[in-house]
Amino acid sequence: MKAYLSRRYRFSASHRLHTDRYSPEQNQAVYGKCNNPHGHGHNYTVEVMVSGEVDAVTGMVCNLGDLDDFVRREIVDRFDEKNLNLDASFAAIVPTTENLCLEIYKVINATLAHGKLEKVRVEETANNFFEYAGEPASAREDKDSS
Amino acid sequence: MVLLTRKAEFSSAHYYWNDAWSQQENEKVFGKCANRNGHGHNYTLEVTVAGEIDPVSGFVVDLKALKDVMEREVVQVYDHRHLNLEVPEFRAVIPTTENIAIAIWKRLEQKIVGARLQRVRVYEMPDLFADYCGER
Repeated sequence: MKAYLSRRYRFSASHRLHTDRYSPEQNQAVYGKCNNPHGHGHNYTVEVMVSGEVDAVTGMVCNLGDLDDFVRREIVDRFDEKNLNLDASFAAIVPTTENLCLEIYKVINATLAHGKLEKVRVEETANNFFEYAGEPASAREDKDSS
Repeated sequence: MVLLTRKAEFSSAHYYWNDAWSQQENEKVFGKCANRNGHGHNYTLEVTVAGEIDPVSGFVVDLKALKDVMEREVVQVYDHRHLNLEVPEFRAVIPTTENIAIAIWKRLEQKIVGARLQRVRVYEMPDLFADYCGER
């Protein structure tokens, strides 16, 4: 039987929303106080949803310890207490939480060995969160084949 | 179609253990959850049902009736119980969060009147939850 397992992780990081494609005035107009040259930070929460058949022996979709080790190594250790703008993945794109969510999805999806990645949700604050579940076409195929 | 979700809570003890394995194997796979003295959680259950809004009542489902079904079929059976020792479906099935979600689905699926069971979500703790949506 297919079930979904979700787990939440936390890291704290700084960022600044700014693009060289805009003038200083445009950056200020678009990003507001997030454009502060000195940056600012958030306590991010990442929610990772994986799916799979519940193993008849263990009763688990995936081993939680293994998933924790994987996400902490690939995501938390990489971003925690860091400046997101200095991360290589944000060299050419703005580290909005949308882009952060896409990057986290990409990294987990590429190497996850503990079930199928269904969705990544990144909460920037209690009131702002972003979700990515892959592209609709592949999502439809996955649904059809499940 | 509208989705409606109702929450309930129960507090239960459990442990993870497979009789076919040695103590070392159980501890390797399940870690401290394999402690046979058990441990416990405050579980939160979210039951989502789907249906059309009744033009007269304005309800997808009678909330009181849904609450009563969840209370009778799940909370009264699981709350302040040891899942492995006192709940029949976990005599031979390890009460992982995934299996609890599936077991609750089976308990509720035929008992909900007037709407279709859409999803069962079980939080073992705020940072860990399992969803089961049936076999579709």
